[in-house]
Amino acid sequence: MSGNAVEVRNVSKTFRVYHDRNQSIKATVLKGGRAKYEEFWALRDVSLDVPQGETFGLLGLNGSGKSTLLKCIAGILQPNAGTIVSRGRMAAMLEVGSGFHPELTGRENIYLNGAILGMSDREVDRKLESIIDFAGVERFIDHPVKNYSSGMYVRLGFSVAIHTEPELMLVDEVLSVGDKDFQAKCLQKFDDLKADGKTVVVVSHSMGTMRTFCDRAAWLEHGELQAIGRASEIVDRYTGKGGEAVELGDGIKRFGTGEIQFTDIEVLGEDGAPLDSVDPTQPVTIRLSFLAHEPIERPDFAISIRDAQQTAVFNITGHDREWLPERIPAGHGSVDIRIASLPVRAGGYHIVADVRAEGAETPADKVWGAKRFDVRHGDHRTSGGTLYLPSGFDGLRSGDATASGTLRLMPR
Amino acid sequence: MSAIAEPARARSRRITLNLLKNLTLREIRSEYKRTALGRVWSLINPLAQIAIYGIVFGLIFRAEPEPGINSGIHVFALWLGVGIVTWGFINVGIRDAMQSFLGYQGLLKKVALPRWTLPASKVLARAATYLTEVAVVAIICGILGGWEILLRIWMLVPLIALTIVFIYGIGLVLAVGIVYFRDIEHFWGIITQVLFYASGVMIPRNVVETVQVETLDAGGYTFLGGPVPLLAVFEANPIYQFLTAYRRVLYDFAIPEWQLLLSLTLWAVGTAVVGLLVYTRFQAKIVEEL
Repeated sequence: MSGNAVEVRNVSKTFRVYHDRNQSIKATVLKGGRAKYEEFWALRDVSLDVPQGETFGLLGLNGSGKSTLLKCIAGILQPNAGTIVSRGRMAAMLEVGSGFHPELTGRENIYLNGAILGMSDREVDRKLESIIDFAGVERFIDHPVKNYSSGMYVRLGFSVAIHTEPELMLVDEVLSVGDKDFQAKCLQKFDDLKADGKTVVVVSHSMGTMRTFCDRAAWLEHGELQAIGRASEIVDRYTGKGGEAVELGDGIKRFGTGEIQFTDIEVLGEDGAPLDSVDPTQPVTIRLSFLAHEPIERPDFAISIRDAQQTAVFNITGHDREWLPERIPAGHGSVDIRIASLPVRAGGYHIVADVRAEGAETPADKVWGAKRFDVRHGDHRTSGGTLYLPSGFDGLRSGDATASGTLRLMPR
Repeated sequence: MSAIAEPARARSRRITLNLLKNLTLREIRSEYKRTALGRVWSLINPLAQIAIYGIVFGLIFRAEPEPGINSGIHVFALWLGVGIVTWGFINVGIRDAMQSFLGYQGLLKKVALPRWTLPASKVLARAATYLTEVAVVAIICGILGGWEILLRIWMLVPLIALTIVFIYGIGLVLAVGIVYFRDIEHFWGIITQVLFYASGVMIPRNVVETVQVETLDAGGYTFLGGPVPLLAVFEANPIYQFLTAYRRVLYDFAIPEWQLLLSLTLWAVGTAVVGLLVYTRFQAKIVEEL
């Protein structure tokens, strides 16, 4: 296997978003042109290669442009700029059962759908048994498809599409059709395709599928390519679970794009001295020292104080306090987060620090466990709970004939 | 397996033709699905129309075409029948083709396919219906006018081919246009009504000529400084010309004049060229405009 099944070069695609979608001649004449519109960039300068025989995933949020890219590869949409070259017979499964006619029988629809997907009648003749068998609709094959259950409908559509035996298969979210058994059959079929050296490009929101199913993946955001690489790595980075985070030793982990990085995280007492042990009644300052490798606009610093069970006892972000410096120049710096007191119960705690450009999906830097400290109660002890609140017992009264409150809680 | 030996271009043409065939069959099969009479309806419809218009115009208004040249048939309803089924073919063919991109928008948005096949399949399906209708009319003409109809009936083949091309050209322009301006559909509805009368479906040429000579010319009406060219406009209408050609074959048992055939060929080629130009220019953008 050599060469690329798909080559996408500098592809951009814009859509017109109409303010007043009035498709009429009158509007055109009166306004001297069609209705006003804005350009919406669905894809911006995307380049990627899908080597032959690879299963390639496209991931991103809704509206990130992955389906648009798939449609451009399929030839349904035409990019405004750039080129897309694909080799070999292609089948696009952007929707299963496209073009089914509800009044026609399953058998008639197989021929119709097969023709739409580029199969000859003879080819369908040859594969008919297998198509019907795979879809599991033998008993209903001569009934109109409008009488099919939705499951049967999609199974038949999927079955026709998969039997086109394409060199290149484009799949959009159709791995989730049918029941568990059918899904297993589909995945088996895709594995067969893979084993035969066929190329598959898949869009899915199921990260599990992506991770196990795809060799490589590309991550799109707002129509721009964010990253491309091994599927598991891309999924980890996309989900931000830190799977790809770098271990720094001593249980410290780091993840992020790295424009700005934390250099140290300290907990300081009132006198400015670093602490490893905190009194819950005293003010503390958390100092985040950082190195900006490049200037960063409106950085959003955040910390999370977590206990040994990873429960966040306190989170604060710059955004929460509307504290977003306009711009931080390149170089070293630090920022203090002042906390009046940290009234939590005794135990071990650690700080997770995060900094990212305002509103960014991924942090520039995120560090777990960079600062660990204990909370000590001194002469105070509690037997559980989350908070430590200065407290005491007092005012014992006993042996009286009358109650001090109502008898609300006594049985009548 | 055989794909290796076959050149890519031939293969893609074969696939496209197969698609066109299947889409056409889809149209034909689904048209009378779930009706008790099925395809018989495609015979009943024109017969009913012939009866209605025959009674209204032939009996009540006493319209009178000239007798068939070679056939000697002198039956208004039959003269009308040829016009009605042909008009139905042209009218509905254009309308179906016009609506094809909109009607198939679900498919267009999800599958890459040669889009021109969609209006083409509509026109071809309509042509298939026309074949049964025109066969009924031809049989009746044969019964009334004699076996000589068989001498000229082959002329229907090139005529129908020209009609298909003509309809397809117009339908393609409208199908693309309607994606951008939905108003075209309603606008075309009005045009159709005008065309129905302007194409002489039930108005014989001699009626128009009488109006031209006795009313307009004798009355001294002028249009842009000259006589009102009613008859000239009437005869210039390509649909009138198509109807005339079909009547030559089926009603007169004659070969249409060569001038007429030339004119029809030019019209067909002209509309097809314009249609394909419009299609080529806009087809890539259709999906996102839908």
